[in-house]
Amino acid sequence: MSISREDIEKVAVLARIKVDDEQVSALEKDLGNILDLVDQLSAADTDSVEPMAHPLDAVQRLRPDEVTETNQREAFQAIAPATEDGLYLVPKVIE
Amino acid sequence: MHNKSVAELSRELESGKISSVELTQQFLDRLKQEDGKYNSFITITEERALADAKTADEMRAAGKATAWTGVPFAHKDIFCTNGVRTTCGSKMLENFVPPYDATVTERFRQAGAVCLGKTNMDEFAMGSSNESSHFGAVTNPWGLASGEKRVPGGSSGGSAAAVAARLVPAATATDTGGSIRQPAALCGVTGLKPTYGRVSRYGMIAFASSLDQGGTMARTAEDNALMLNVMAGFDPKDSTSIDREVPDYTATLNEPLKGLKIGLPKEYFTDQLSPAMEEQVRNAVKEYEKLGATVKEVSLPNAKLAIAAYYVIAPAEASANLSRFDGVRYGYRCEDPKDLMDMYTRTRAEGFGTEVKRRILVGTYALSHGYYDAYYLKAQKVRRLIQQDFANAFKEVDVLMSPTSPSPAFIQGEKTNDPVTMYLEDIFTIAINLAGLPAMSVPAGFVDGLPVGLQIIGDYFAEARLLNAAHQFQQVTDWHQREPK
Repeated sequence: MSISREDIEKVAVLARIKVDDEQVSALEKDLGNILDLVDQLSAADTDSVEPMAHPLDAVQRLRPDEVTETNQREAFQAIAPATEDGLYLVPKVIE
Repeated sequence: MHNKSVAELSRELESGKISSVELTQQFLDRLKQEDGKYNSFITITEERALADAKTADEMRAAGKATAWTGVPFAHKDIFCTNGVRTTCGSKMLENFVPPYDATVTERFRQAGAVCLGKTNMDEFAMGSSNESSHFGAVTNPWGLASGEKRVPGGSSGGSAAAVAARLVPAATATDTGGSIRQPAALCGVTGLKPTYGRVSRYGMIAFASSLDQGGTMARTAEDNALMLNVMAGFDPKDSTSIDREVPDYTATLNEPLKGLKIGLPKEYFTDQLSPAMEEQVRNAVKEYEKLGATVKEVSLPNAKLAIAAYYVIAPAEASANLSRFDGVRYGYRCEDPKDLMDMYTRTRAEGFGTEVKRRILVGTYALSHGYYDAYYLKAQKVRRLIQQDFANAFKEVDVLMSPTSPSPAFIQGEKTNDPVTMYLEDIFTIAINLAGLPAMSVPAGFVDGLPVGLQIIGDYFAEARLLNAAHQFQQVTDWHQREPK
């Protein structure tokens, strides 16, 4: 199965990854090959099969709604690219 | 000392013949001198290791020593280490210093083990050759003497190469599609991927959350058991951790194998396997027969779909997990972003390597509108078919055996231009992750001077049985003791 340049450009926007024209060409080939590999799945008869999410069919545990963690904002923000007054700095979002 | 196992080093320390500070210094000196050939470490933590060794000696003097107290080892650079940078092999995390420890890291610390540093790996654990690391490829110690630079396998290639080269007696590793077993096989060491949920994933940087599992790598099965004793167990911080009693994995190593029922999946002995590889694996199975095991052929009819299902599920989960790397809270951020979108897209374009981006894009595509049912849901259904095949097989036999990889270590660069060829490296290991089962790779011979791995697959939580089977094999063979020249 092939994947078009337009599809790759669309997916790259969804994934928030900048790609240039040259990369799109390489991805066209590589992703096409990967999707060919994946297309083997269509041969499998899965009509009455339940999808499997967890190997042991475990479900998400819930914990009591209690405060257990201490605030470590300074430690966490010490490794951020840019912060000010306890806030994370990013380029202007609203003009 | 560098040739000794964890169990032997532990006895040396216990007898007082050597202190942990002396032992750690010896290993550090050797590591710094030798690793230029292999590039198996990303970070060496000399000062911290010596401080930990001193603490270990004090622990021992106070009568509080465990089997691990004062023994040097290494962590794959995917496990967060408080205060020590953790890169996951990526430019994205080149300067990331975690403010907390992974549960696995914390457990080894509590046992008094001495971590010498962080081992190299494929970027975000995506690879089978350790060539996708931002910190350079790792070279397999095997084959170097004849001037060939071969891959150690991946993604835990740094851990495997370091253990094979006797830089450390043991190292942690992780396995999403074969990332412990395949490098263990290619480097001639022993590795174990436990049952999904047996070892906590907390602080283990996520690739594909429903498949990722932390595990062990060392030269002997006994040392793998000692590692698992530290690592296994319930962790409330990991929502998929299983709350189930942990046995002493060393206690059953010496059980006789008489009556052990071995199944050989016929789908794993096909023409994908070279006759020379097959011969080594069949010889290993014969050793088991001499030890009293019985052998029969079994079938895993859906195993052929495992790679296809994996390359939907793993990229889909990766695309979701890796969305956290956005240049805001930690990790790499591009220079001079002109707006928020520019910051996201350039940060991720510059911070991730080719293979990681490829998988994020495949995963995003598979999860996108109009494709979810055809890809992700279909793959999850095939996953159940694969699991049922194993369940049926384990009604008849105790363990399954197969080759770990289709061929021995290949030359660096040989498969880098064709992702799909590289993916086929994991053809015998990937189905086990989809089913969530435990499996080992055990050194079982050589082809053209390069190690061959025997894969032993068990039913859920059968780690003790796998370790027992591997240990008994290692009592009658010496493949695991062979040293690369």
